[in-house]
Amino acid sequence: MSTVTTIKEKMDLLAAKADQLAPVRQAALKAFNNFGLPAPKHEEWKYTRIGNVFNLPLQWAPDQVDAVTAEDLKPFLLPGHEEANVLVFVNGVYASALSVIRSASIECMSLEAAMDSGYAELVAANLGHSGKYLTDGINALSTASLRGGVFLTVKRSKDAEHPLFVYNITDARQVNMLSQPRVLLHLAENAGLQMMETYGTIGSQESFTNQVMEVVVEKDARFEYYKIQNDAAHASQVSTTHIRQTGKSFVHAVTISLNGAIVRNNLNLVMEAEYCDSHMYGLYCMQGKSHIDNHTIVDNVMPHCESNEFYKGIMGDASTGVFNGKIFVRQDAQKTNAFQSNKNVLISDDASVNTKPQLEIFADDVKCSHGCTIGRLDEDGIFYLRSRGIPDQVAKSLLLHSFAMDILEQIKPEPLRNYVDRLVSERLAYEME
Amino acid sequence: MLSIKNLQAGIEGKDILKGINLDIKPGEVHAIMGPNGSGKSTLASVLAGRQDYEVTGGSVEFNGKDLLEFSPEQRAGEGLFLAFQYPVEIPGLSTVNFMKTAVNEVRKYRGEEPLDAVAFLKLMKEKMALVNISKELLTRSLNEGFSGGEKKRNEVFQMAMLEPKLAILDETDSGLDIDAIRIAAHGVNAIRTKDNAVLVITHYQRLLDYIVPDFVHVLYNGRIVKSGTKELALELEETGYDQIKSDYQFA
Repeated sequence: MSTVTTIKEKMDLLAAKADQLAPVRQAALKAFNNFGLPAPKHEEWKYTRIGNVFNLPLQWAPDQVDAVTAEDLKPFLLPGHEEANVLVFVNGVYASALSVIRSASIECMSLEAAMDSGYAELVAANLGHSGKYLTDGINALSTASLRGGVFLTVKRSKDAEHPLFVYNITDARQVNMLSQPRVLLHLAENAGLQMMETYGTIGSQESFTNQVMEVVVEKDARFEYYKIQNDAAHASQVSTTHIRQTGKSFVHAVTISLNGAIVRNNLNLVMEAEYCDSHMYGLYCMQGKSHIDNHTIVDNVMPHCESNEFYKGIMGDASTGVFNGKIFVRQDAQKTNAFQSNKNVLISDDASVNTKPQLEIFADDVKCSHGCTIGRLDEDGIFYLRSRGIPDQVAKSLLLHSFAMDILEQIKPEPLRNYVDRLVSERLAYEME
Repeated sequence: MLSIKNLQAGIEGKDILKGINLDIKPGEVHAIMGPNGSGKSTLASVLAGRQDYEVTGGSVEFNGKDLLEFSPEQRAGEGLFLAFQYPVEIPGLSTVNFMKTAVNEVRKYRGEEPLDAVAFLKLMKEKMALVNISKELLTRSLNEGFSGGEKKRNEVFQMAMLEPKLAILDETDSGLDIDAIRIAAHGVNAIRTKDNAVLVITHYQRLLDYIVPDFVHVLYNGRIVKSGTKELALELEETGYDQIKSDYQFA
């Protein structure tokens, strides 16, 4: 049976399930049947042939999560793990035995339970909100498949004492696995949260992770978010982070992509209140035949907001990259400051990048700038370093590391910064051999 | 130490150096002066090993070895240093980290043990005092946002750190005010010994007030057309290069 037939069958079964999430799933199933999987002619998927992933026989993830043990998790742990709040998803299903919430200020429950709680209204308004911005079958697939997802809330006027670590683990030891982790995260008024997230595929079969995380950031809340993508070279993912700033708030997001087969990130920032302050940074450093695609949307709805977006790429071997940065400035969003930049260095003749800034401005009193570059390492810089006794290869990796530096510096927690810095340095040394 | 014989070089098929002869011995300071376009910077680049230039004839011996056979990094390992006319800005790389790598790579080339963090810091402090440079400058991104004077002082600091046998200063004075020239020159003089040599490349005489040459050579149209002592530099300052140009235009 083809993968598409399988997933349709499973989604039909889920839609028929009479639980609290049924209406959300049913609406998404309708959307999926309408959109289908993105074809190459789909403007947002032009350079990322995600449909090919479904040519594989992908296994629908089982409900049971006990096949993955704490021991299996070890290779993927981020620094500071022991002290952190930990959420583990196994094949997209929340694994409570591997997870722990240490902070009293964080409440965690299943999406189904959240629909029965005092948060029901909030969940109903936000679960699937990303579908308003991502009109394609991939996003609909996630929402139509809602199962094993988690709702988290950080309480009013609290900074979570510990950061939140999210591990998206896929068990591909026996079969090619389809994994669809789902999180709805809420930061109440004046709450603060630092979150780190990573992905890991166990086993040598292929995996496809279709992740959606929706975040609601209320007035005066602070959300700091680090996504580290260093999965296996045979693992693909579409990772969507959809952030609504419903009140004047602060968001700082850093996306580091180092490995994977196809890696597509959708990062959306919807600024629905005045005086929002948002920063999005990205570093991708790819090798082999990896494909990295960063699609970002900044939607300025209200006046006086500031957004700053800075992505850098280092592309080796036959890797391919895409950057697409949309900025909307709605008619009411006067005095918007929106900055966007994407810089790429190609270190191989076979590597390529397609980069596209896209600004749609309907207000007349705004400051928006964008720029993108694709180039090679500067020969003058290489000669300068070599003239001081630094061998050619070392000079090149030093220069690439310096190029990555201003993004690495945006990783505020020092242990995580050092960890990522080491991964990047190792990668660059390898690239240059 | 350095022996250049009938050196010819060019770029993209255009001949620039048309037969340079020059001998530099340990402890000496040589100055090469000349009008714009005479080949001064080309000579510096060829000696340092910039690959854009093609050597079409002649030889360069450095401490008995064929310099032209070496890569730029090997030349540095052998003890050659070029202070750049336009030091390159490298955002994200501090001078400290740059020098840590450079010093240890040069040590590796020479078969010496790398310096540990403590030893490196000690060396750095010593050289900082010698060339009068602040720690703050050295922890910033290399040359990024530096003033002209800061860039040149940083070049001299790097020179002090690498302790070259032959230092080539390529128009180190260009774009500097008097104070900045004095500070840079002071640094160069502080690291001079009887065993190392300096080759100053300059358009104007003023730098030579501070770094006093034993020999002055005039480069014109790819050849050294006149050599003398430091008085030659003063003479040139007086007459300008027009006399040289009319004397040697058919050279």
